[in-house]
Amino acid sequence: MEEGKRLIITVLGYDKVGIIAAISTILAENNINILDISQTILQGFFTMVMVVDSAESKVDIAELRDLLDQKGREMELQITVQHEDIFKFMHRI
Amino acid sequence: MHFSISKEEILETVRMVQTENLDIRTITMGINIQDCRGSDGSSTGRKIYDKIVQCARDLVKTGNDIEKEYGIPIINKRISVTPVSMVVDGLSQDEVAVVGKYLEKAAVEVGINYLGGFSALVHKGFTRGDLAVINVIPEILASTERVCSSVNLGTTAAGINMEAVYLMGKIIKKTAELTADRDGLGCAKLVVFCNAVEDNPFMAGAFHGPGEPESTINIGLSGPGVILNAVKKYPDVDLGELANIIKNTTFKITRTGELVGRVASRRLGVPFGIVDLSLAPTPAVGDSVADILEAMGLEKAGTHGSTAALAMLNDAVKKGGAMASSYVGGLSGAFIPVSEDAGMIDAVADGAMSIDKLEAMTCVCSVGLDMIAVPGDTPDETISAIIADEAAIGMINKKTTAVRIIPAPGKKEGDWVQFGGLLGRAPVMKVNSYSAANFIRRKGRIPAPVHSLNN
Repeated sequence: MEEGKRLIITVLGYDKVGIIAAISTILAENNINILDISQTILQGFFTMVMVVDSAESKVDIAELRDLLDQKGREMELQITVQHEDIFKFMHRI
Repeated sequence: MHFSISKEEILETVRMVQTENLDIRTITMGINIQDCRGSDGSSTGRKIYDKIVQCARDLVKTGNDIEKEYGIPIINKRISVTPVSMVVDGLSQDEVAVVGKYLEKAAVEVGINYLGGFSALVHKGFTRGDLAVINVIPEILASTERVCSSVNLGTTAAGINMEAVYLMGKIIKKTAELTADRDGLGCAKLVVFCNAVEDNPFMAGAFHGPGEPESTINIGLSGPGVILNAVKKYPDVDLGELANIIKNTTFKITRTGELVGRVASRRLGVPFGIVDLSLAPTPAVGDSVADILEAMGLEKAGTHGSTAALAMLNDAVKKGGAMASSYVGGLSGAFIPVSEDAGMIDAVADGAMSIDKLEAMTCVCSVGLDMIAVPGDTPDETISAIIADEAAIGMINKKTTAVRIIPAPGKKEGDWVQFGGLLGRAPVMKVNSYSAANFIRRKGRIPAPVHSLNN
């Protein structure tokens, strides 16, 4: 098993203007590349899943989580950041 | 690069961690200390201390790093060592007590909350080292915070050492008395086993067995909350289908343990031992095995049907987990501790759960009568008899059974004991008031059972 640099970011909360802009600004500022975004709104509830590449990132995952947590509190969103392997391991053999 | 995991699957994982208390209960590093014998207590203690600190220096940091990167809580980092009785044979009790203090010092130094292995394996009889360790257990558990003790006093192959059963009744009572100011907390760190396993990552019963390598990483899972939510979603399916749902869910939980174990093993340069498939509850609301039984359709855990429901749950957990991990071991089954499980606490407080029912339930799950508070004036021989009953279940059924019982000093039936943290709180339970003293005082050994003529 190789430990890659891809992370999964999830964002949950009530829909409002500027969620994607806010998250992607933090990622861009830290040189993290977005590989995939999937987003839906169901009855006003916003759900986004992002796959990002942190190979060239300026911050480590703990710092990134702190930055996103802070933004999440400001915008009343629940944001998680996890290494992709946890999802691969859980859902695929 | 293609990413093949669907959004639903990602959100399922996030939900398990965020709202269903999915976590890795423990990364436990097993360390061989058989090469640490010195000429006396303090030189032996120092060698053990040095070895533990050298091997486990990065354990806590590695656990914390993995937690941060993978976003999965790793609640405890712990250490198990070779049963101390094997290392200290020939030393006096006072010297053995010195060794015990060094274990505490090592645990503090590397930053772990529990260290298991102040233990003795006495299923066939005692060595002098075994007796020295057992006799200082009360003192060590009262004077240290992190050292845990266990004694294996029976196996299916050897029978039950009733001399040890007799002795442990006294040791447990003494341990409770020495920690009377904390409701007998010392007893929460002492487990009596039949068929103890060598690679158990869970405290208080963890030790690094003599068949184990120099060092290993063993993983203990949590996850009752995740199973509970899965069961709650299907209130009307039949039990075959429900078993499948539990299997699928357990598979996913266990995979996280497998991942964490592999990563920790690689980073620490220590071989990966096993994932323990146990469903380990915590006092947190919703993280309860009793709640799962209730979600399966019982009004209260402990009522008729509880043993059947638990048997199915336990088996489904094993089937799902065994598929998910390359190496399964340890205790591997649902735990039914009282004080550490909010649903069990309620069941006892409401009169639905008795010691007798718990004993029956331990026939079909891991691991035994666990974290049970009984009145402080319970006779030594009654404690011994409770141990003998559990050991007999383990011996005959070829499974691990254990007793972790707290005769709470000064407390009566219906009073409460408070331990705090993961150890929780518990109502003091009723024990049978008729005496078993004459049976227990016979001592000797219960011979090993026949392995044929099964019924």
